[in-house]
Formats: sequence, C-alpha cells, structure tokens
Amino acid sequence: MDATTEEKTNLLKVSSSPHILTEESIPGIMLAVVVALIPAFLGAVYFFGWKALLLTILAVGSTVGAEYCCQKVKGTPVTVNDFSAVVTGLLLAFNLPSNAPWWMAVVGGVFAIVIVKQIFGGLGYNIWNPALAARAFLLASWPTIMVSSTDFPPPRGGWLAGVKLDGITQATPLQLIKNNIAPLLKDPGAYTAEQVNAARVALEKMTGSESWLALFWGRIGGVLGETSAALLILGAVFLLVKGYIDWRVPLGYLGTVALLAWIFGGPEGYFTGDVFFHLLSGGLILGAFFMATDMVTSPVTRKGKWIFAVGCGLLTMLIRLKGGYPEGVSYAILLMNTATPMIDMYTRPKIYGGK
Amino acid sequence: MLKETTFRGGVHPPDSKSATREKPTRTLKLPSKVVLPLSQHIGAPLEVCVAVGSEVKVGTVIAKPTGFVSIPLHSTISGRVKAIGEALHPTGVRLPAVEIEGDGEDKWEEPATDGKKYSDLTPDELKECIRNAGIVGLGGAAFPTHVKLSPPPGKPIDMFIVNGAECEPYLTSDFRQMLERSKDLIVGIKIVQRILGSEKVLIAVERNKPEAIEVMDRLCREALNYEVVPLKTKYPQGGEKQLIQALTGRQVPSGGLPMDVGCMVHNVSTLLAIYDAVTAGKPLVEKVVTLAGEACANPGNYKVRVGALVEDILKEVEGGIPETLGKIIMGGPMMGIALPSLNVPILKGTNGLVLLAEPVPLSLHRQCIRCGRCVDSCPIRLLPCELAVFAEHQLWDKCREYSVKDCIECGACGYTCPAKRNLVQLIRFGKYTVMSQDRKKEKK
Repeated sequence: MDATTEEKTNLLKVSSSPHILTEESIPGIMLAVVVALIPAFLGAVYFFGWKALLLTILAVGSTVGAEYCCQKVKGTPVTVNDFSAVVTGLLLAFNLPSNAPWWMAVVGGVFAIVIVKQIFGGLGYNIWNPALAARAFLLASWPTIMVSSTDFPPPRGGWLAGVKLDGITQATPLQLIKNNIAPLLKDPGAYTAEQVNAARVALEKMTGSESWLALFWGRIGGVLGETSAALLILGAVFLLVKGYIDWRVPLGYLGTVALLAWIFGGPEGYFTGDVFFHLLSGGLILGAFFMATDMVTSPVTRKGKWIFAVGCGLLTMLIRLKGGYPEGVSYAILLMNTATPMIDMYTRPKIYGGK
Repeated sequence: MLKETTFRGGVHPPDSKSATREKPTRTLKLPSKVVLPLSQHIGAPLEVCVAVGSEVKVGTVIAKPTGFVSIPLHSTISGRVKAIGEALHPTGVRLPAVEIEGDGEDKWEEPATDGKKYSDLTPDELKECIRNAGIVGLGGAAFPTHVKLSPPPGKPIDMFIVNGAECEPYLTSDFRQMLERSKDLIVGIKIVQRILGSEKVLIAVERNKPEAIEVMDRLCREALNYEVVPLKTKYPQGGEKQLIQALTGRQVPSGGLPMDVGCMVHNVSTLLAIYDAVTAGKPLVEKVVTLAGEACANPGNYKVRVGALVEDILKEVEGGIPETLGKIIMGGPMMGIALPSLNVPILKGTNGLVLLAEPVPLSLHRQCIRCGRCVDSCPIRLLPCELAVFAEHQLWDKCREYSVKDCIECGACGYTCPAKRNLVQLIRFGKYTVMSQDRKKEKK
C-alpha cells in the first residue's frame, strides 16, 4: 500500500448499518409543533391582548431557563436546543387564563420542567405530559385564579372592551352551564335578579344561533389556548399532513367524545346531546391534537394508541358529565399517561410469522 | 395482469439510483492480484488444495468443500499462488485466505460441461453442476445455492419467486442485468424450475424499475405460469420474508424458512450465475458490482473478478482514492458493512461499493422520545425501541420475550429514528448474545 492509501485508510469512518439516516430530527419535530401553535398563539394575543404575549414569554422563558439550570446542576449535557422546553412553555401558557398573575407562568414552567420532566430523566423519560401536569398543579394550588377568568374576550374590532359578568365565577361555557345555568334553571327563585339576568345573557351568547360557531372562531372565554378551535385545527392539520402526529389519537379521542356526547350529553334523555358543543369547548381541541399526541407520554404501539385515545375520551366525558370538575380533558389525559407503560406492555403486536 | 402489492411497515429512503441506472455494465481490467478468503459463505470451512507457487488458471479449484453445506473455491485469475495465510476480511478481522498473483493472461480451465442441454440433465445433475461452480445466493446472504435447492421431501415448493426487487438505495446491478441479460435470466429460471418442480413462477420487480418490468413482462407473455409482479417501491421489499408476504400473503413462521410455506426466493444474479454454470460450465468468478455514492466521480456498474481488492478497483475507476471519501460501504447503505480499510477483497456476495462523504456526526444521537416511528417501520412488527433498551441494559430474557431473534437487521428502524439512536447495533448485540447463549444451552 502506498502512503496515500495508508493515510486515507486511517480516515475511513466505521460504524454500524444503516449508513443513511432520515433528515427528521427531534429539534425538527419540536419546531414543527411550535410552528403549528403559532396561529393559536396569534389568536390568543388578538383576543386577550398584551397579557397573552407576556404570559407566553414568561412561560417559555421559565421552561427553557429551568431546563438549562437543571441540567447544569445535574451535570448532564444541556439539551435546550432540542426545543422541547419551548413546546412545553407554549402549551403551559395556553393553559393559563389571561388574567393569571405573571408568577404563575414562572412557577408552572419551573414545575413542569424540573418536577415532571427532568427529575424523571429528561426528555423521553417523563410519564406525564409536563404542561398538563403543571396545569393540574396550578389548579390544585390556586384554584380561584385558575378558574376565575372573568373576562370575556372582547368582540372583534374592540380590543380593550370586555364584558364582565359580576358576582358569578365562571370561566368557560361548560362551567357556566354546569355551575350557574343548570342550578338556576332548576331553582330560579334562589338567585337575585341580576344573577338571573346575567345568566340569561350568558346563555343567549351560547345558545344563540352562533353559539358553537363562536366557540369555533374564538369569542368565548377560556384559557389562552382554549378559545379558537379554528386556529388550533389549522396547526393540527399541518402536523397531521406532515406526519408529525399520529392521526389515530385525535380521531379516537374526538370520536369517543362525540359518540358519548351524543348519547349521554343531552339534558333531555339519550341521543340528544350537542356534539359540536362538547367537541369545541373545554380545551378538547387543544388536548386532542396537542396534548394527547405527545409522543413521550402516549403508547408506542398502534393498538395502544387507539386504547389510549378511547380511554381519554371516556374519562373526559365521565368527568364532564358525572365528575366534580366542569372540564375533564387535563385529568383524562394525565390518567391515561399513567396507564401508558402498561398499555404498551399489553399491546405488543403479533410479529411476522408469530403464532 | 399486473397488480401492485406491498408488505406492512418499511421506509422510503431516497433511491439514489439515477446516477447508475442508465449506464451499461462495464468490465474492468484484469486485476494483478486477488485475495480469496476461505469463508465467503455460511457453511463448513474449506480445505486448501493448492500450495504456494502452484500454477492456477481461472476456474482451478483452490479449496475443497468439507461438508454438504459447503462449495469449492475457484481461482478467479490465472497466475501463481503467492501466499496461503491470513488476510484482512471486509468485516475487519484477519481470516484464512489465499493470495494469487496474476500473470496478466486470463487463462481459463476447460469448462466443466459435456455439451448436454439443461433439459436433458436430472435435477441432481443440475445441482451438482451448481455446486461445482461454487454458486452462493448473490442477493447478499451468500448461502450455498445447491443446498437451498434441496428442500427436504416434505416441503414442496409451489411458488418460485424471482427476486428482482433490489430495494437498497444506490444499487442497480440486478436492474442492469435484467435489462442486459433478460433472455439468459429466463433460461436460468427454467433451470431452477426444473430442479424444484414448481408450477408457478413470480418475478418480483419494484416499481422504480419500469424498464425491467416491461422487458420481463414481454418475455413472459407466452408462458402462462410466469407472472411479473410490480411491487410498491419501499425498503426492505427485497427481503425474502417481505417478498413472500407481499406476493402471496403467506408469512414464514418465526424461526422457519420460506420452504415451510411452500415458497423459495432466488436473486436475479444467482439465476444468471446458474445459467452460466449449466450452459457454459463457468464457475462463479466474476460479479457485477455497483459503484456509487456522493464521493464517487464515476458511478456505474462494473464487472469485477471476485477477490479483486477494493483499493485496486478504486484506482482503476476513480483514478485513485477520492478526496471526499469519508466512509465506504460494501453492500447497500441500509445493511452493508463500513469497510475499515481499502485493502480488502470483493467477495462472492458483494453487490455494491457505496462511497459516502462525511457521515452523521455522533453528537446528534439523543435518547428515545417514544415517537413510534421505528415500530411503524419494522417489517417484522417488533418494537425496536424496547429491544434496543433491553440490549443496552443486558436484559437478555426480555430480549427473548420481545423476539429479538426475528430481527432481520434491515435498518429501517435506525433509518427512521429522529433521535439517531444506534438501534440496529444494539439489537444486533442482543440478538447475537441470545443466539450464542441458546447454542451453548443446546450443546449441553
């Protein structure tokens, strides 16, 4: 062998097959999710104003900052450049009401990253969806703040005007119906005239001809990410088409909710439920497309994904219709996250040539 | 009727065949020396039957088989035996080999044929001819063909499948042979059909080779029991288990062989080697190898002598070692071996040499995010992410429970993993440890 070959041979890289790899990467996938959330983010800013922007910046800043600090303290490589903390921050912000104090975004962000993610081992090892677990933590710790979003987003074109409903603590249509309107309709005499009036106004807003359209376009109150289904779906379609999220989970989840809502959700007996109302409220769109599809916390097998999705739907409707909370998406998903390792274990596919 | 079928799972790497598919096969110059490792196939080891200094011609038997699952090794150039010892094998280990120094004259032994037409020879005579020509499966596995053509009596073959899928990116040697030697291929198929006694022949070609589909279809139009089946272009369609599933819907049982479901798969190049052996008495001494890759200036298909050194081939085709060469793969990029040195020989089973520039840096390797892409892509329906973790933590019983032995090492999982994890390497580690443990247990 001559000298040139000797030199060049020493520079040949040797590694295991396969020797070509897909261009997809974790940062790439995370960035795609961020891009998909941008329409809803812009919608939140439009409907809720500068507070939405501030909360989002604080949430993302604290998740990224917490991850950086945590990994430095642990002595492990810093992986904030995989953008997973950014996604967590965005989703956390979308779970906060617009009048949440600034420190809630920070506390939630730190909790999501340090307790729910890093302590379990970081990306890929967490059992629960960090943003949802943080929301549950905030809800348990500061329930009045989390639930009392007394601002309705202003009508289109009027940016600072808000409609406040005094004296009644309500945030979302579901809460209104469950906590305020249903009892009122059952026993109107127990309430003051203003309360009855306000409830009637609210009910008109929701049961008017554009009630669910309003939910779709985003004119009804809620947390930052729960308002505009249209903008969320726009982002979700992008993720589905590009194959970044598996279609089975949203389909299974929404399908189950739709079916159960139709059968059990109506006030006047079976098969009279308002399917669109249930689909479009309570953060279900955000949950079904962006939370339940989180890869780390959902099953890896196809059959497992269906079971997970249907389970989420079942639990969501159970909590909504029979449970103490008006909204069941967060807890349903968190409970199914808990079941995921077991689901994976029991849904191993039959191998090629297997018995 | 040409219907399209496929198998479950698989990935779609870029096919990268445009640089070589249009070019006719070129024969390279006679090498000045060849290195012939004694272990180029599965089976019992060979016994050298020449000495240093012996004169040899092309086709001289230099090592004899020692068992049924063993075939003779022939000299691939004429000259003199220079050394019998150990040489670097493409896998990086030094293994027994014979080095022959060429005399530049290409003198051949008398062809081992008595002029009889193949249709006058019995199946056993045909298999003897195939064995004596040293033919192994040329699709990559290099299993002695005469053994494969001898299924036990209880396993009739009703479906003979011709594998023209060539699913690895870059490789086009089978494709070019289908175009350039289509008539010879048909005779090769007829010879094997005579041996197996099977009625039906399916010729499988992926859709990215429409010219080959057309040529084969035209030739098969008269024969009613020959069917050309176009397959969806997907990796690893050419794997025999996937071919059988796509073409017949049958699944080879775990731990079993295609003959267990009445099928047998033969690669296009193997059939052409059989044609050469039976009609012209020619032993397997030459191979068509695809040279390709982004670091390759003159990609194409080249007919080379088995045993020629990679270094010498590059000198002839590229004029030297390409500057940008970072990694050179013997085989295709999904399942081939990265060569540790250019001073290694072409083996009987070599189909391609892919010259890549800089490979993916290790720093991109991250932990599993449970995305499930590997699960969706696995053609055997394994859970590669789990198997890799079990192997990494040496949980051998878990590996067994999750069917690690069924992995065909196709690389689809590793290709599609966004965390760039070395899934195949880890699973291979688990697979071979479990296999060696099981072998030891059986011996007791």
